[in-house]
This record gives sequence, structure tokens and C-alpha cells, in this order.
Amino acid sequence: MNFAEIRRALGVALWFVFLTFPLMVIRVDSIESTIEWRWMNMLWVAVGSFALSLLTSWYFRRREAAVGKVSDKPPLAVRLRTWTADPARRLPLFGALAAFAIVFPFLFSSYQTNIMTTALMYVVLGLGLNIVVGLAGLLDLGYVAFYAVGAYSYALLNTHFGLGFWTVLPIGAALAALFGILLGFPVLRLRGDYLAIVTLAFGEIIRLVLENWNDFSQGPSGISNIERPALFGIELTLNQSITYLYFLMLLMVIITIFVVNRLQDSRIGRAWLALREDDIACQAMGIDKTKTKLTAFALGATWAGMVGVIFAAKTTFINPASFTFLESAIILAIVVLGGMGSILGVIIGAFILILLPEYLRALADYRMLAFGAILVTMMIFRPQGIIANVRRTYQFTRKDA
Amino acid sequence: MQQSNTAILEVKGLSMAFGGIQALNQLDLKVHGGEIVALIGPNGAGKTTFFNCVTGIYTPTAGDVLLTPPGQKTTRLNGLKPNVIAKRGMARTFQNIRLFQNMTVLENVMIGRHCRTSSFILGAIFRPPHTRREEQEIVDHSYAILEKVGLADVVNDFSKNLSYGQQRRLEIARALATEPSLLLLDEPAAGMNPQETQELDKLIRRIRDEGHAVLLIEHDMKLVMNLSDRIYVMDYGRRIATGTPQEVSADPAVIKAYLGESDDA
Ligand SMILES: Nc1ncnc2c1ncn2[C@@H]1O[C@H](COP(=O)(O)OP(=O)(O)OP(=O)(O)O)[C@@H](O)[C@H]1O
Ligand SMILES: [Mg+2]
Repeated sequence: MNFAEIRRALGVALWFVFLTFPLMVIRVDSIESTIEWRWMNMLWVAVGSFALSLLTSWYFRRREAAVGKVSDKPPLAVRLRTWTADPARRLPLFGALAAFAIVFPFLFSSYQTNIMTTALMYVVLGLGLNIVVGLAGLLDLGYVAFYAVGAYSYALLNTHFGLGFWTVLPIGAALAALFGILLGFPVLRLRGDYLAIVTLAFGEIIRLVLENWNDFSQGPSGISNIERPALFGIELTLNQSITYLYFLMLLMVIITIFVVNRLQDSRIGRAWLALREDDIACQAMGIDKTKTKLTAFALGATWAGMVGVIFAAKTTFINPASFTFLESAIILAIVVLGGMGSILGVIIGAFILILLPEYLRALADYRMLAFGAILVTMMIFRPQGIIANVRRTYQFTRKDA
Repeated sequence: MQQSNTAILEVKGLSMAFGGIQALNQLDLKVHGGEIVALIGPNGAGKTTFFNCVTGIYTPTAGDVLLTPPGQKTTRLNGLKPNVIAKRGMARTFQNIRLFQNMTVLENVMIGRHCRTSSFILGAIFRPPHTRREEQEIVDHSYAILEKVGLADVVNDFSKNLSYGQQRRLEIARALATEPSLLLLDEPAAGMNPQETQELDKLIRRIRDEGHAVLLIEHDMKLVMNLSDRIYVMDYGRRIATGTPQEVSADPAVIKAYLGESDDA
């Protein structure tokens, strides 16, 4: 703890006092026309930010000291992998996890089950976007558009043509994939910021079309009375339906993990990574950039389409307000927070980002503030995400020459 | 040296302009099967631009690039995409190393196998036996190439953690994985110490003996003179001399380009 750090912390404290002064100190009572000065709050802000500033500089000093020294500790992902590789630990761990997942809707209220289903939906959305952003390195800010395509496919096909959930699920997925390719074509030449802007605009276009094309989508008032999914033609009560959707989503998560894992570790998966790392070298080594990008967009969109169908079936009512940029931002935050390209990371990220705000409700008005603070802290202390991606190693069958 | 008479690469009148800069001016060049050919010239002569035009990264403003892999038809490469050209049998390395940094050494080479393999989405998801075989073939083939270039003990390291010399060799390994009939090397010895350069010399000869013709850009004159069957010298985008190492090193135009204008010029 040196003098410069203390001076810096003092500066930070003053700055925060200044910034939060109007919010935290002054309270205008408009009825009585008086101003209340809450000086105690100012003290808290000052002490709090002073302490936090000292803490961060201590942390960074420690981290800088560690640079250069090769850490004996392998990355978290590797440690987790070695820890779970032992079947004696693996079986009970996965068994307990599976058991918990299965009994969950019977242990907890349907309210809790609903929240968990939502979290599972975001797991799949995160894993889908992870293909585009994490693996292929294409910053897509309009991912919610594909989610909307899926949701409206089911809503419209169901209300107009009476098509059932299971029929529309693949249709929604295919339509979303088609839209993925449609978005892919115009952005083939774009990279980085430009790609982000165009995909953002694409997301907004889809939302605006849904909002304004009344004949097609009934505009802002949305579509209601969408059927819940039926179980082999049996009508379900509301509670049964919630449980059913929970298991459906659970199955979907398992399938997604399986598929994304396989894709990641395949010829296409490697091509995506190469495209992310260096697109010129990637092409020079014989990879078709167009095809690789379009597959990433299409396969990423497919998951959003399917979750969209499930979303429409779950809420039975959809309108364009569910598909704003904020949704895309949340899904992107899941991918970045969890760790780009890491499946486990994205799963953890989805649970944190969806469940935390729910359970922070106790903090009432400060909920979003606390949420923001947690995110910022995470990004400072683990910029690579919770679980950084590790590359797999391979077995060689050596031929004796 | 078993040289064949058919030219694997034939470049005719290749020109490339960037706005006002004529980076390549009516360049002619040929590489035959079994040859090691060097392309040399002062900084900014247009050597890298030549590689970029030939491999489809730039589209040349004029001229023809014809590739004839042994036993195959001649194709005109102008206007083709880099990946198509790679598949036709020409691969390259980069002067400013362009490895896939956050992938392992082995994975870098596996990327080179991409254009010689075919499994796609369904293969990736369901992994039928032929996809498994293909994956194993990719791994084994890549590993064999890494053994050849001397990187077998770092296969699972991230490529960004390799030394400079190792990274240059990995670039060669990655290019070899595409099974090129012609390998283009852009300053492969840059940043290498004398011993590494010595090993590089052996490696390039071995690559040639295994049936890949080599065209290399290099500033290390000792390496160039030892290694090359023929040399092309360029300056300001033009070819100023060509011939065997002896012929070229005695050429007055070459001496002038390298040493600057002499007094009586
Ligand atoms: N993309 C580009 N845009 C504009 N000018 C370029 C571009 N690429 C190369 N040039 C110009 O073309 C000329 C030839 O450059 P090039 O990189 O081919 O030289 P080089 O012979 O490879 O040199 P070095 O030995 O230093 O690698 C230079 O004047 C360079 O500034
Ligand atoms: Mg160059």
C-alpha cells in the first residue's frame, strides 16, 4: 500500500461522491417543497469507493507480480476437466445433477419451475449464439431476430392453420436458419464493428416489421391464444404444462450441448475457429470463407428459432416487445461472461444472468444496480469469462514407416 | 534433381497497381516440377505482392497465372478465390506470420487438411464411421507433418507460445498439409538463427525431394545461393534478371539494384 495508491483511491472516492451526489444525497420533497440532505449517504459512497479502489489496486498489483512467473495452476477449465475425468467423481456428480434436474419441478413451485425453464431457454440461446460469436468470431448483435422468427412462425402457423407445436418446431428452426443465411449474405465482407452494426440493424428491422405490419403480425398488440404443446394429444392443465415445458427444455439443453460439442470438435468447428483467428490465412489454407460463415450463421440461428417456438408455446402470447435489442444484448452477455467458445461457461453464464436478477428481487430498486456491479466486477477480474476455452488434445495412431 | 519440362506455375505479364503505385510491372516467371526457385529483390520490390496476386488474395490488374499440377489440366488462376487456388495445389506461408494463435500447433496443421477432406454438418453431429476415419486420418497426417518439420514435441501448445523459428516452421507444416504441388515461402528464414537456417535449408530440400516444387522469397543470400536452382531478381515491380545463382550474382543490373546507383550511372 503506497502513497500513490492512497491518493488515487482518494481521487476515486471524491469522483464518486461528485457523480452520485444528486442521486444519493439530495432528495427533493415536491409536496412539502423542501430539500432533504442525506449526508450519511455521501459518507457511505466515499468510504465504499475508497475501499474498493484500494482493493482493486491491490488485486492488480498482485496480478502484475504474477505475470512472467509461469503459474503451476492450470486454467480452471483444465482443472475441472481433470477433476471430473475420474469416474469415481464423475458418476455421482452427474447423477446428482441429473436427479436434481428431474425432481426440480416436483420440489419447487410452478413459479420457480417457470424461472428455471426460462434459464434453460437462455442456455440454448447462449449456446446458439456461441457458435456465431464464440467460435466463428462474428459479432452478431441481432441474434434476437431469429428468436422472433421462431416465435412468430409458431404463433402464426398455429393461429392461422392450426399447426401443432411438434410440427412447427422443425419449421421454425428451418425458417430461422434461412433467415440466418439471408443475414449472412450481405455481411459476408464485413468484419468487427461493421458487422456488429449491420446485424444490430437487421434485428431492429425484423422487430419493426413485426411492429408495423399489422395484417401480418397484428402489430404491437401481438398474437394471443397460442396453444401450449400437447403431450401425445392429451390436454394438460396449466401446472402440468409448466412441468412438461420444463422437461422439454431440459431435453433440448441436453441435445444442444451434445450437438454443439460435436460441432466444435469437427472439421467445421475448426474452420470456424480458424476464421475467427485469421480470415486471410484461413482462406489461403483452403477454407471457403463464404460457406463457413453462412454455416455459422445458419446453425446459430437454428437454435434461436427452436427456442422461439418454445417461447411462444410457453407464454401463449407474443408481441414485438419481447424481441428488442436488450434481448440480444443479454444473450451476448451470457456468451461473453461465461467465456467465449466454452460450453460450460455459457451454461453458467446463462444461469447467473437469468437467475441472479430473479433472486436479487429482494434488493428491490437496487436490483439492476447490483446486477450491473456484478457484471462489471466479473469483467475486471475475469475478462476471459468464467470458463476460458481450452483446446482439446488428440490421440495419434502412429504408423511405423 | 529430376526436373521436368512442364511448368507447374507459369506467370505471364503479371501487373498490379495500387492507385498510383505500380507494384508489379509485366512480370514473367516459371517454376518447373522438382525445382527450387528463388524470388529476390530489395525491400518494396513487390515480391510479397507477387505472392498475393498469384494466390488470389489480390486480383492482378493484368496478366495470366497458369497452374499445372503434375498429371492434371492447366487452370487459369486469375480471379479465383484463395481457397480454390489452395485446393488446386498451391499453398503459401506469410512473411508476417499468420498462424491461428489460439489454436494448438496440431490444430493449425489440421486446418491445412480441410480442403482435402469433406465431412460436413451431419457428419460432425452423428460421426459415422467414415467421418471418424477421416478425423483420425487428419490427426495422423498432421502429426506426421509436424514430425517432419521438427515440432512433434509441441503439438498441444498454443501456436502463439512458440518461438519465432518454430512459428515459421509451423507455417510451412500448415501449408504442406494442403498437399501443394507448389509451395510458396515468403521469407521463411526471417528471424531464424544460423543453426535454424541450416535446418531450414535441409527441410526445404527434403520438401522438394518429396515432390513439392518450391518458390521462395528470401533476403538471406547464403541460403538463396545454396538452395536455388534458379533465381528471379526484381526491383520496382519489374524483373531485372534471371538465371542460375552464378549468373545472377554476376549480373550488373542486380549489383546495381542491391548496391544503389554507381557513380557513372
Ligand atoms: N495493399 C497495398 N496497398 C497499397 N500499396 C501496397 C499494398 N501492398 C503493397 N503495396 C506497395 O507495393 C510495393 C511492394 O510491396 P511488397 O510488400 O510486395 O514488397 P516486398 O518486395 O515484399 O518487400 P519486403 O522485402 O520488404 O517484404 C510497396 O511499395 C508497397 O508499399
Ligand atoms: Mg515482402
